[in-house]
Amino acid sequence: MLRFEGLEVTVGAHRVTADFACKAPGLCAVIGPSGAGKSTLLLATAGFLAPEAGRILIDGADVTGHAPGDRPLSVLFQEGNLFPHLDAFRNVALGLSTAGRVSAEERSKVADVLRRVGLAGKEHRAPAALSGGEQSRVALARVLVQDRPVVLLDEPFAALGPALRSEMLELVSATLAAAGKLVLLVTHDPDDALRFADQTVFIDGGRAAGPTATRALFANPPPALAAYLRN
Amino acid sequence: MARRAQPIAAWGAAAFVAALTLLPLAVVAWRAGGAFALGAGDLAAIRFTLLQAVLSALVSVGLAIPLARALARRRFPGRRLLITLLGAPFIVPVIVAVLGLLAIYGRSGLLSLGAGALGFGWPGIYGITGVVLAHVFFNLPLATRLILHGWLEIPAERFRLAASLGLDPRDIFRELEWPMLRAVVPGAAMLIFLICTTSFAVALTLGGGPRATTVELAIYQAFLFEFDLGRAAVLATIQFAITGAAAALALALARQAVLGAGLDRPVTRWDAARPALRVQDSTVIVLGALFLILPLGAIVLRGLPNLIGLPESVYLAAARSCFVAVLSAALTILAALALAHGARRARGFEAVGYLGIAASPLVIGTGLFLLLFPLADPARLALPVTIAVNAALSLPFALRALAPALAEVEARHGRLADALALTGWARWRWMILPRLRRPIGFAAGIAAAFSLGDLGVIALFADAENATLPLQIYRLMAAYRMEDAAGAALLLLALALAAFWLCDRGGRADAAV
Amino acid sequence: MKHPLIAAGLLVATPAVADLPVLTVYTYDSFVAEWGPGPAVEAAFEETCGCDLQFVAAGDGAALLARVRLEGARSDADIVLGLDTNLLAAAAETGLFAPHGAEVPALDLPVAWEDETFLPYDWGYFAFVHDTTALETPPASLAALAESDVSILIQDPRSSTPGLGLLLWVEAAYGDRAGEIWQGLSDNIVTVTKGWSEAYGLFLEGEADMVLSYTTSPAYHLIAEEDPTKAAAAFDEGHYLQIEVAAKLAASDQSELADQFLAFMLTDGFQGVIPTTNWMYPAVTPESGLPEGFETLITPETALLFPADEAAARRDAALASWLGALSQ
Repeated sequence: MLRFEGLEVTVGAHRVTADFACKAPGLCAVIGPSGAGKSTLLLATAGFLAPEAGRILIDGADVTGHAPGDRPLSVLFQEGNLFPHLDAFRNVALGLSTAGRVSAEERSKVADVLRRVGLAGKEHRAPAALSGGEQSRVALARVLVQDRPVVLLDEPFAALGPALRSEMLELVSATLAAAGKLVLLVTHDPDDALRFADQTVFIDGGRAAGPTATRALFANPPPALAAYLRN
Repeated sequence: MARRAQPIAAWGAAAFVAALTLLPLAVVAWRAGGAFALGAGDLAAIRFTLLQAVLSALVSVGLAIPLARALARRRFPGRRLLITLLGAPFIVPVIVAVLGLLAIYGRSGLLSLGAGALGFGWPGIYGITGVVLAHVFFNLPLATRLILHGWLEIPAERFRLAASLGLDPRDIFRELEWPMLRAVVPGAAMLIFLICTTSFAVALTLGGGPRATTVELAIYQAFLFEFDLGRAAVLATIQFAITGAAAALALALARQAVLGAGLDRPVTRWDAARPALRVQDSTVIVLGALFLILPLGAIVLRGLPNLIGLPESVYLAAARSCFVAVLSAALTILAALALAHGARRARGFEAVGYLGIAASPLVIGTGLFLLLFPLADPARLALPVTIAVNAALSLPFALRALAPALAEVEARHGRLADALALTGWARWRWMILPRLRRPIGFAAGIAAAFSLGDLGVIALFADAENATLPLQIYRLMAAYRMEDAAGAALLLLALALAAFWLCDRGGRADAAV
Repeated sequence: MKHPLIAAGLLVATPAVADLPVLTVYTYDSFVAEWGPGPAVEAAFEETCGCDLQFVAAGDGAALLARVRLEGARSDADIVLGLDTNLLAAAAETGLFAPHGAEVPALDLPVAWEDETFLPYDWGYFAFVHDTTALETPPASLAALAESDVSILIQDPRSSTPGLGLLLWVEAAYGDRAGEIWQGLSDNIVTVTKGWSEAYGLFLEGEADMVLSYTTSPAYHLIAEEDPTKAAAAFDEGHYLQIEVAAKLAASDQSELADQFLAFMLTDGFQGVIPTTNWMYPAVTPESGLPEGFETLITPETALLFPADEAAARRDAALASWLGALSQ
């Protein structure tokens, strides 16, 4: 369960407020016009922006003041999710441990996850030697081994093209959501929400409203969402 | 906890630098007791110092930009060797380099012979021309390397994007290269200005006479010939003030270069394929290489016949110099990383790192001597002090290469590291050190080579049995043994190049460029 | 830092000879080099003294004096060897030196020597050296040099003893007219270097016709390199002298040993190695005479030398007129 209580975040002249909760498991989409504050909300949740007011709770625990790495969540950004100097295996293993030696147990766990995302045999490739889709899979594999209750996805597959993106989102559903995680997915494409998210948060004018069951929301959109969907 | 521990390292490094720069100055001033007077000659010295340093910095950077640009967008056999050789002038002892320069530009040098054959006279290069020429010879390679680094740090994706957008070279310059230059050039120019303000032997050998008196010479005179510690301290303080002001100005001008993330792929420059640019770049590279390599060639030719059969003490000195160089390079890198990291919270840490270049070596030596003499035999401390002083003196160069690179690594990958809770040593191990391999290799190479070529601690700590190689060269020269000195100079040149090449290559072992 | 310090400590450690009294002599760098007089002098003295003679090198003559002044009465030095006449007044003024108790034999100096503290061990004349194959008829006086278009290299009087020597040479020869001579010389001067090595190096590279050095410089080329082409030009005004001296420190804890060394300094064991290691004239000519080759050197008819206090008194004014003449 991810809960925002009277959260207020300001970046420059933009201000985002949120006061709602998303329940695990499942995929919760965050949609809204660009500049509405989707990424701001996500960055505050991940701990990269400090809110002026309000609290963020994960499974009942207040994480508002915690450093990004200390929150029980994983996050994937639009870009820069992999260290280019480390191979796929090491990039994933960093989700388990930052120690130099990887135990046999961890090793098999990483290998297993890489197999599950379809990268068997490519463990020792550097990111530059992988395709864009494969790079996304490495990043997803790391989220899987991190095994945190909440996963934040800030349009990480936006650069991939529709077919690949669907494939990746299906993989997210099949792995993360199936494992009982709460996935918060920021997307600019309402179709993504319709196809993959059971709940959707709509942000407009800096105010995050929701979440609402996706189908019900799209079937009977409030005026602002209706205007956004028409575009 | 680990995050709090890192500023301690920065404080430690800052204390190390201050102990080797500010503290000796304070001790000399304290010992002097305060009485002093500046003469008209001192003011003229300050004026000349500033003039030649500004000219040297401007000319060096001005020539380095086209050279670095040509090297950044051309691939040709021997490019790496050329880049390594470009590091050489910076590290040879002044008098050796000056003799090399004179073999080309001197009154009986190559140009003079050429001019004579054509029926012209050749006036030589004494005076401010010679001073600036020598300083450009020393510092053009450094400027080129620093700017070339900047160019290589622009992600390949940007150039691909530019190529796909069909941008012409002028657009690329404005959109990609100018922002990088804005970030890199002020720092490089500042560094050279600072190096040239404490220059002493160049001005005094090529200056042509007392018109070319620098502040460092005035300090030397005040200290050694008049034993006027007060005047030496005041002049050293003025030198500090000049360099401090320059450093502050350049730090304010130097924007942190953050050019976005890119994956490690070799840079191909589609915009540079035009024949006119090809010719332009080739010309620049050939001229730059000739300017730098001809004098080095003269040193090689002069030294080669004498390389075998040097006095045994020369080889011992060479071994000692290597030992000093390795340790002082390691110390330099540790201090530079600590300060660069600390500078991300307070830029003052970076400024502290530049103190080494502002300090007068003579005052450092005297101050340390006054500090250490009551505690231990200075001759026994000669090597440790040499190692520490060399580290403090090469720190600015290392810092110049590492601080922007570290800032950029944090900008590109810091968010991911934060998300993965990479703190303390884990952050260094998995993110910073691997991403900084290239600049660390470069900085270590510079520090090692610089330490090899430096005269080290000044006379006060010198000790007959523990002379370093440059000191040994001066001793050979002082005993009429110019031939042996030429051989030893070549040995030094070879060692310094080898040290630089090894470190630099280590840094780029897995890099495609 | 710990390990480097230890490692460095191992490198710098000098083996101590057990239970022998140690005589510490501060001197300039080139004296202790393996090609300098130091090794032979040390061996010869240790044969008879029953002591451990330790040389400590401290840069050049000026740095040597600066170091002793910095150390003051706490210095480890028993003897300072390598001050020259130009530094004498400053050295005497420090009060750090004590009169020697050594018996002084007759000295072979061109001038009388009566100082009871500073004892000469070698000397030479400053002179302009040239290559006889390039410059057949060198000028015969400072004045002729100033009028000629012969190019010269000199050292800066503010950083080198030969430079200071030339300053006093012109001063001794021309007094009030020194400024005039310097103005005449200013267009002959190719450049002014920090020290002797740089100027001499440039000269050997062919940067100028003549270089300020010593009348004994050609002996090096003749004896060590079998090259007879270098010569010093004899000047009508006479040549300024440089005398190198040693003295005992008042605070020495080996006073008798120090006196013993100073006496030894004027015997053949020391004086015999001076001509072909320091390339200067010995203060007492050894029994075997000067090495073959020294007879080819010019011997100036007039030796110029200011007494130490007068040299010190004239220096600042002379320096000012030098700066004035060459800064135009």
